Order: sequence, then C-alpha cells, then structure tokens
Amino acid sequence: MNVAFFLISLGCYFGAVFCHLMNLINQRVWARQWGNLLTLSGFIFHTLALIVRLWHSGHIPIANLHESLSFFGWAIILFYLVLEYKYRIPSLGAFVLPLALVFVFSASMLPKEIQPLIPALQSMWLGIHTTTSFGGYATFAFAFVAGIMYLIQENQLRSKKIGLFYYRLPSLEVLDDLIHKSLVFGFPLLTIGIITGSLWANTAWGSYWSWDPKETWALITWFIYAALVHARFTIGWRGRKSAYLAIIGFCFVLFTFLGVNLLLKGLHSYA
Amino acid sequence: MEVIVFGLNHKTAPVEIREKLSFSKSQISYAHKECINSQIVQELMILSTCNRVELFAVVNSTEESVKALKEFLAKFHHISPQILDDVSYFYTQKEAIRHLFRVACSLDSMVIGEPQILGQLKEAYNQALEDRSIGSWLTELVERSFHVAKKIRTETGICKNAVSISFAAVELAKKIFDKIEGKSVLLVGAGEMSELAARHLLSNGVTNIYVANRTHERAEELARQFNGQVLPFASVKENLELMDIIITSTSAPHFLFNKEEVQKTLHRRKNRPLFFIDIAVPRNVDPAVSKCSDVYVYDIDDLQMVVNSNLLERQKEAKYAETIVERFVEQFWEKLNSRNVVPTIVELTQKFEAIRQQELKKAFSKLPNLSDAEREVISCLASAITKKMLHDPICLLKKKSNCSNTAYYIQAAKELFNLDGFKRP
Repeated sequence: MNVAFFLISLGCYFGAVFCHLMNLINQRVWARQWGNLLTLSGFIFHTLALIVRLWHSGHIPIANLHESLSFFGWAIILFYLVLEYKYRIPSLGAFVLPLALVFVFSASMLPKEIQPLIPALQSMWLGIHTTTSFGGYATFAFAFVAGIMYLIQENQLRSKKIGLFYYRLPSLEVLDDLIHKSLVFGFPLLTIGIITGSLWANTAWGSYWSWDPKETWALITWFIYAALVHARFTIGWRGRKSAYLAIIGFCFVLFTFLGVNLLLKGLHSYA
Repeated sequence: MEVIVFGLNHKTAPVEIREKLSFSKSQISYAHKECINSQIVQELMILSTCNRVELFAVVNSTEESVKALKEFLAKFHHISPQILDDVSYFYTQKEAIRHLFRVACSLDSMVIGEPQILGQLKEAYNQALEDRSIGSWLTELVERSFHVAKKIRTETGICKNAVSISFAAVELAKKIFDKIEGKSVLLVGAGEMSELAARHLLSNGVTNIYVANRTHERAEELARQFNGQVLPFASVKENLELMDIIITSTSAPHFLFNKEEVQKTLHRRKNRPLFFIDIAVPRNVDPAVSKCSDVYVYDIDDLQMVVNSNLLERQKEAKYAETIVERFVEQFWEKLNSRNVVPTIVELTQKFEAIRQQELKKAFSKLPNLSDAEREVISCLASAITKKMLHDPICLLKKKSNCSNTAYYIQAAKELFNLDGFKRP
C-alpha cells in the first residue's frame, strides 16, 4: 500500500518537473498551474505513503536509505509548496523540483520493503534527530538552488547578455533573501539535529561524541554554515559570495548524508 | 449580413495621408450617423488613432458598401478616391474578425503590445454606442475582442518587457533590488533622459531623490519637481554610500566615479548592491567599476541592448499570441455562422409543422369517428415522418455552418423548400 502511494507520487513528481521545465522555457501560465497541481497531488500521495509506512512499521520511516531519501525529497517538496504559496518566486519550481525528484527517484530504486527496526535505533531520539537533521538538509537544498539561480541571474546582469534566464528568474534581491532565509531557518535545525544526535549517542553508545565519520562531516558542514551565517551578519557577506558558499555547503551536506553512508564505514551505517 | 473592415494604418499609409484622413470626435459622430442614415452600412464603428483609421461595419452587400464607404471617406476628407485605393485595405468575414482581434490585442501596432490601442478601441466603441450606429453584431464582436485582448495580456508576455530606454532602466533596477520602494536615487547632472528615468522611478515607488548639478539653480529646480533634495556637487562622493541607484548624465569629459572609490563605498554600505545608470556620452562612470562585485553599471548602449532584446522577446510572445487569436477567430466565426443557419432551420421546421397540422386537420375531418387513441397514433405517425424527413437536411446545414460556402447551402435550402414563400419566383 505505502509502496503504491509512493510510486503514484513519484509519477506526479515526474509530471510536475516536466510542467515546470515547460514553464521555464516558454513561460506559459497553464504549465505552472499544472506543475503545481501535480506537485501538490504528488505530495499528498507521498504523505499518505509515509503515514501508512509509519502505521505498519511502528516507527518514523527514516531508518534506512530508501526511507531517508524519500523523506528528504518529501521535506523539500513540503518547503517548496509553502514557499510557492507564500511568495510565488518565479521559476523556483523548475530548479528545486528536479532536485527533489532525484532524491525520490533514487529512493524508488532501493529496496522498499519495511524492515524491522534494529535494536540500536529503537529510541524516541530517532524521530527527533532524523526529522531535524533532514529538515535542515532540505532548507539547505533551497539555499543551494537559490545560490545557483543567483549566480545565473547575476551573470546575466553583469555580462549584459540578456537571455532566457533574465526574463524567467526572479530578482537578485529575492534570491539573496531566499539564501538568507534558508540559512536562518536551516542552521538551527542542523544544530538541533547534531545536539540531539549527541544526546542520543550518549544513551546508546555511552559517549556524546566519538568522531564517527558522520559526526565529523556533520560538524564540518555545521562550521561552513556557521561561517556563512556569521559573515553575513557581521561583514555583510552577501550576493555572489554567499551564493558560492551555499552551493559548497550543500555539497558537504550531500557528502555527510550519502557519501559517508556509502563510502565510509562507521557507527551510522544503517543503510 | 457580413462584417467588414475598411481602412488604413501605419503599415499601408504614410503619415501625410493618415493625418488627412483622421477623424476628430465630433467628425466621428457625424460620420456614424451619416453612414447609417444613408443606408451605406447596417452597423458602423469608426476607429481613428494616429496610426490607423478604420471603419468596422456590418453590411448587406460587401462590394457595394466598400465602394460607398470609400467614396464617403474621400468626400468627407476631400481627397481623391485613387489615393485611397493605394493605401487602404479591406477585410471581410473571417479576416475582418481576425483583424479586429489583432488590433485589440495590439498585435497590429507599431510597437507590439503597447497598451493604448485597447483604450482607443473602447473609446470608439462607446462613441458608436452613443451614436446608436452599432447593433447586435458589432457589439458582440467588439465585446469579444476586448475579452481576447484581456486573455492575451494575461497569458502571454507581449506587453511585459520595457521597450524604452528609461523604462528599461527601471526594469533593471527591479531585477537587482526587486522592490525599489524606499531606495535612494541620485541624479548627477540634469539631462532630459535622466529626468525621464527619475520620473519612472518615482512612479514606481522611489521616495528619496537627490540631485547634484554643477549649476545650483537647475539642481534646485529638479529637486523641487521630484520632491527631492539638492546635494552639492562636491559632496557627491562622500554621500555615495547612501545611494542605491545613481543616474549620471553630466557633460564632464572624464570619469566621475572610478573603481577604487566605489569599492570603498561598497565596504561602507556592507556590500549592498549599487546600480549605476550612465546616460552620459562621454561616459561618467569608469567601465572598470562594473568589476566590483554587487555593482552594476549600464551605459546608454547597454540599455539600448536590453530594449532590443525585450523587443525580440515580445515578438516571440506575439507568435504565441497569434495562435490564441486564431483560436478565438475560429470560435467566433463558428458562432456567427451557426447563427446564420439557425433561422433557416427554424423556418424549415415551422413550415413542416404547419404542413403536418394542415394535413392532420384534413385527415381527421374525413375520419370523424376515430377514437382519441387512434387520433394520437396518426398524429404521431405524421410527426415521425416530418421529423425523419427533416433530419438529414438539418444535420447537413449544421455541419456546413462553418465552411466557406454556408451561404450557398442556406440559399439552396431556402429555394428547395421554398421558405421565402412566394416572394421568390
């Protein structure tokens, strides 16, 4: 049941990405409307899939790689829908939805059966630690996408080669603001994610911090975003520089999330 | 009944002729009444702007009416009909509908997507309503054209991007700052173009305008106009950090702003973006300034380039708009034609019904002893026969209602069934 819902939502997301790319190319109002309708329906099915999965397994469905990727994609879509409803930033969907689709699609390639929760993960911390971490990751995905959009638009304005993107992308101010908002929202989430992880580690492994690769990389990521937030508030780091850092930061997020699981062995290898 | 357009526009006639043929408001009113009273046309609406003079009319016979309209126009404006032959066009039927829709959507304008034409069309329409020169056909057509224009405006980008240099500057400012309300603008030098750009910025919500000029009086005059403040020319550089948009247009032979100074200013304003609009020739802002990050420098050529690419963008959108217009033309054409067929179908069924009633009466008078049930059966039989006989002709008429030769089928039906009674031999 949950797999069926999940696959329906994946189909909707494919359609949504297609419509949003159409809208990016020819700016048709209907393409955007269809894109958002499909995103919303995909999101509803995805949410149902998560709820059914939670019901059947009895734990938060973020306990293996399929579940994490799926939840990551879900969180990005959730934030996108909120942003679209509140701010209607032009062409945001065409940039952020493909990213979400990549995660949801990779999730669909992995074994989707519900596995019994291994004893190490049976804790109330699981829910808090994973949702805050992935919430943080998802907001950083927006900083990343806004960073890319900023660099494209800035390049158009600076090189004075007025092209397709000049007309389609929002203003620099809006993009810079989106980077800023994502950081202000995502940074505390990541911080809480790390702190709860550390508290949980103390009860599960007997020590707050054990330099497990996941912990190390999460800390590096945290420092990057801390530097970005700090520089913004003190010396007015903004625009192109924050855009670059937001992109680099997200690469670290991806490595912390996927690279560590797939390449390095450590306490966090549950996938 | 047919819809026609007769007229001329900026593509077919030079301004010397257009100005001779243009109508003033009272002239339009007179012409409306004159043409309707003399029965040249059934309905009429005259649209007269600086780029076009067009007569939209509903007529009984196209050729006669076009000839009469041409003569009327020539006589009215005292020019020879031969000149009119060379510069005018006329469209009938579908082409006429398409032409009106394209005019309303500003697809036929000199600058594609300019918004004035719709207002002018509305004025012409109201005038025609006032003069009672417009009937149900034109009313419906013109109202429809307003609807199409609205649709095009919202669904395509033909009127989106700026096509003048001063508007392009405002648009660029919006691409950088998003909202320009509350931003500060500095005018250095007081040229006509910079004044225009400042005016557009003001109407887009900028409130703080500073003016610096070598001659103090001129600066004060401008500042008064914009409700702004005068900045002594010498103190421009110290106050640069307060500004967001700087419009330069002095005749200074050297650069007023160089990279090092701007870089310093940027530090002081925590890298908030600066936008230089350099309208002066020779330029007032060193091109190297644009190497600073978060600083954008547009000179007059850059602005022109933006305008050009905006025009290209509009043309692209216009192509899409044409397909939408075409869809509406087809729709309206079908409706008009089905309206052409409907009266014939009604006449046809009425005639058959009359025959049925008549024959039933005859039959019943010959068979007085029938029971009600028997009468009912016979009545139904007659009704079924007429219906079945009419079924195919009606279907054919409906099917043919949107081809080019509808009139031919209508005529055939009328003659075959003698619908016009004994008027026709």
